[in-house]
Amino acid sequence: MGGFMSFVRKEALHIVRDRRTMLIVLLMPVVQMLLFGFAISTEVNNIDFAVVAPKHSEAIRQQVERLSVNDYFTFKGYISPQATDELLRQGEVDAVVVFAEDYDRRVNAIADGYPTGPAIQLVFDASNPNVAASGAGYLQNALQVGGTQHLPIETHTMYNPQMKSAYNFAPGIMGLIFLLICAMMTSISIVREKETGTMEVLLVSPVRPLRIIVAKMVPYFLLSCINLITIMSLARFALEVPMTGSMVGLIGISLLYILLALALGLFISTVANTQVVAMLISGMVLLMPVIMLSGMVFPVENMPNILQAISYIIPARWYIEAMRKLMIEGLGFGAVWKEFVILIAMTVVLVTIALKKFNDKLE
Amino acid sequence: MDDRVISVKDLCKDFGTFRAVDRITFDVHRGEIFGFLGANGAGKTTAMRMLCGLSYPTAGSGTVAGFDVMTQGEAIKRHIGYMSQRFSLYEDLTVWENIRLYAGIYGMTRRQILRRTAELLDRLHFRDEIHTRVGRLPLGWKQKLAFSVATIHCPEVVFLDEPTGGVDPVTRRQIWELIYEAAAGGTTIFVTTHYMDEAEYCSRVSIMVDGQIRALGSPGELKTKFAVQTMDEVFRMLAREAKRGE
Amino acid sequence: MRILLVLLDKEFRQIIRNAFIPRLVLIFPLIIMLIMPWVATMDVRHINVAVVDQDHSAASQRLVQKIQASDYFTLIQLSEHYDESLARLEAGDVDVIVEIPDRFEKSLLGGSPERIRITANGVNAMKGGLGAQYIVQTILGTFAELQSDRGGDLSSDLFVVENRYNPTLEYRHYMIPALMIMLLILLCGFLPALNLVGEKETGTIEQINATPVGRFIFTLAKLIPYWLIGFLVLSIAMLLAWLVYGLAPVGSLGAIYLAATLFVLSMSGLGITIANGSSTMQQVMFVMFFFIMIFVLMSGLITPIASMPDWAQFITCFLPPRYFIAIMQAVYLKGTTIAELCPNYLALTAFAFVLNLLAALTYRKQI
Repeated sequence: MGGFMSFVRKEALHIVRDRRTMLIVLLMPVVQMLLFGFAISTEVNNIDFAVVAPKHSEAIRQQVERLSVNDYFTFKGYISPQATDELLRQGEVDAVVVFAEDYDRRVNAIADGYPTGPAIQLVFDASNPNVAASGAGYLQNALQVGGTQHLPIETHTMYNPQMKSAYNFAPGIMGLIFLLICAMMTSISIVREKETGTMEVLLVSPVRPLRIIVAKMVPYFLLSCINLITIMSLARFALEVPMTGSMVGLIGISLLYILLALALGLFISTVANTQVVAMLISGMVLLMPVIMLSGMVFPVENMPNILQAISYIIPARWYIEAMRKLMIEGLGFGAVWKEFVILIAMTVVLVTIALKKFNDKLE
Repeated sequence: MDDRVISVKDLCKDFGTFRAVDRITFDVHRGEIFGFLGANGAGKTTAMRMLCGLSYPTAGSGTVAGFDVMTQGEAIKRHIGYMSQRFSLYEDLTVWENIRLYAGIYGMTRRQILRRTAELLDRLHFRDEIHTRVGRLPLGWKQKLAFSVATIHCPEVVFLDEPTGGVDPVTRRQIWELIYEAAAGGTTIFVTTHYMDEAEYCSRVSIMVDGQIRALGSPGELKTKFAVQTMDEVFRMLAREAKRGE
Repeated sequence: MRILLVLLDKEFRQIIRNAFIPRLVLIFPLIIMLIMPWVATMDVRHINVAVVDQDHSAASQRLVQKIQASDYFTLIQLSEHYDESLARLEAGDVDVIVEIPDRFEKSLLGGSPERIRITANGVNAMKGGLGAQYIVQTILGTFAELQSDRGGDLSSDLFVVENRYNPTLEYRHYMIPALMIMLLILLCGFLPALNLVGEKETGTIEQINATPVGRFIFTLAKLIPYWLIGFLVLSIAMLLAWLVYGLAPVGSLGAIYLAATLFVLSMSGLGITIANGSSTMQQVMFVMFFFIMIFVLMSGLITPIASMPDWAQFITCFLPPRYFIAIMQAVYLKGTTIAELCPNYLALTAFAFVLNLLAALTYRKQI
């Protein structure tokens, strides 16, 4: 046991001495959480618009006034019809509201039930389709004249009333960070010892090879636990995620996932012979698919079926799904048993393969 | 005519509060094989790196091949060859590609390169290995190749940092033959080593202890001065005084 | 000049001999251009909708039909009890519930309609949020149709909407030009940095440092091959975008390549600066990873910069990809000219200058 602990100490020293890397590993989740929580929003909440009004009537002035006071719109001024394309192309405005020359007459005609043609033309820069689609909705609502002043529609949002994106992203960040630390860092650190030849020295020591590998993983496991605590505290106190779900389930499934990531790291280290290769396997085979296919940023439902099928074999997908249920929806452990079983099965398979490969390599 | 190729006075190098090289003063003459001895950590490599323009001296003055070590580091590099302690040719390039790279860097023409390479390969008996990747050569061959690359451009002075570290006795012998040949051709050799039998081959040696030069002279002079039979004993007597641990 | 050629010869040989780089050059644009656009879409479709119809009127039927007909929605459930639908929403099967109250049609005819209640699942903020918005638009459209059927006052005739530059609102067309920056960051920033530190780790840089090769020439020889690779890959990617998605730049190729040149220069400068400050590949990788993360999240690649709070928008001013993405999207879709995008080009030029200056200052041949 003494031998084992001295290996653990050696690994911990390696990590602690490389200040910059450690700082980044500890800081990365914090920065990600804060960015996702406070900086990034998929919601379109600002439309810059300009107005083309051949004749300035009182009705038009009121319409523009109504839009200007609305938080969603920023009025950029009256422009000539010729300037429309130029401003849109330069990105100075997202939309141009064009009032018809005989606006008042047309509105009255519509109100009388004998429409003579559209009174307002909305021209959008649709290069960003979401801005155009949301903008069309917002502007039409705001410009709605005659009839009901407010919409006969009432909207509620459950679970995440302010639509804070962080609610959605937090589990994804965890899925990514643990993979980065456990799989990528352990595999690179094991492979580096192979490359520099220090592994040979360790292997001839009386400590069993497997113990050496486990000792390598302990500090990374601890580092991941620190990150788990950081992310959960940030989620709870900075982003105010209610976290009413099962705490035991949350921690249990996270530890399981960390274990799985460590097994992946060991597996990669048996396959790769140089640091660069280990880095690329972790980057290309693990991180890219996790970012793309786990539903962390982009919704899985929108993807073509073949990509969705691939996402089933990605552990992070199941972990993120379970964490969403536990952290955000506040469900009990019973709601995630399926994910739990899948992750256990994946861990068992990976550990078995990794150990077999590791032992084969030794012989 | 002044035949001093290296001339150093009171050269110092500090790393923070640690003085790695402490006011060393010596001259090396044209065509000499100058042995630079000292225990591990005595400051040999640091001193050598300053002479090669790889590191700035903290204080003191000196010239190498007529250029100032304080201000003309880049000019020095045009007139020297350097072989570092750690093998540092490109392992993923072939023998020929490595030679051509360094010859090209020193501005040799294609004809010169071809002639020089043919000469070198013949001397090393490397003809069949010309298209082998350097990474696949055994260590001894690599060291011989590294020496040849360091002298490809016929520099005025060549700095060798432990050229025989880790190689077998036969290869060690061969490398020293190459060194002698180069010296006979007029190249000054500045060499560090831990093998005291090699020190006996040098025209003159200096011995560094704790960053300072404690002894300087031909092997014969030093043995007489310390009244011992071998360089090994000279070295031991001086090394015993060292205060710096390893 | 001759030294540069000799060094370039060496770099090219090493790259070609590398087991991995030539493959990366081929596979990477394929992954980015063939898989990413299908994945990286904020174009929310297949929103799962449950309708609770307590009205059973022609008006409610009409609304249900409209929801069924739209590509945006998948009608999962049609029930009479809100609780049943809420259970499906809790289970995650449903994103949005539309509840049409009893006597809705009558009240609509009477001029003071009862309220339609929409419940969105906020767990997936984007889907829930956009889903609710789309539903509101669909309902408004249905109202307008119903009104105009009766010659009512809420007429669709009031507005015409024109979507310029991307009339079909194809999200992919917005995403693809921006995705190309991933190629350039990786190939022209990340790889040369790893290569440079690799020479430090194996010690080969020591031998080069002892030769008269200038630091400028040495670094330039490292960068040129990656610049060429970067432009090759960018061109392959543009060709793929055209062949696979029918997306060709509306604006000039010159504008794109000029922006790419400036961007590549600034990314190389960043990479070299990082490499100068690192001694192992692992360090370079983590620092670069950190930067790439910030770039991807904050430069408008995934979410619009205009939606960020002011402090975050201020930070984005210091991210070179922000300007490059803006240029690519404008030139590709809108045909904006270099003159019109002048501020973006100037910003990129400034970054290229500053970052390369930093790289030159941090390079140490002597210690």
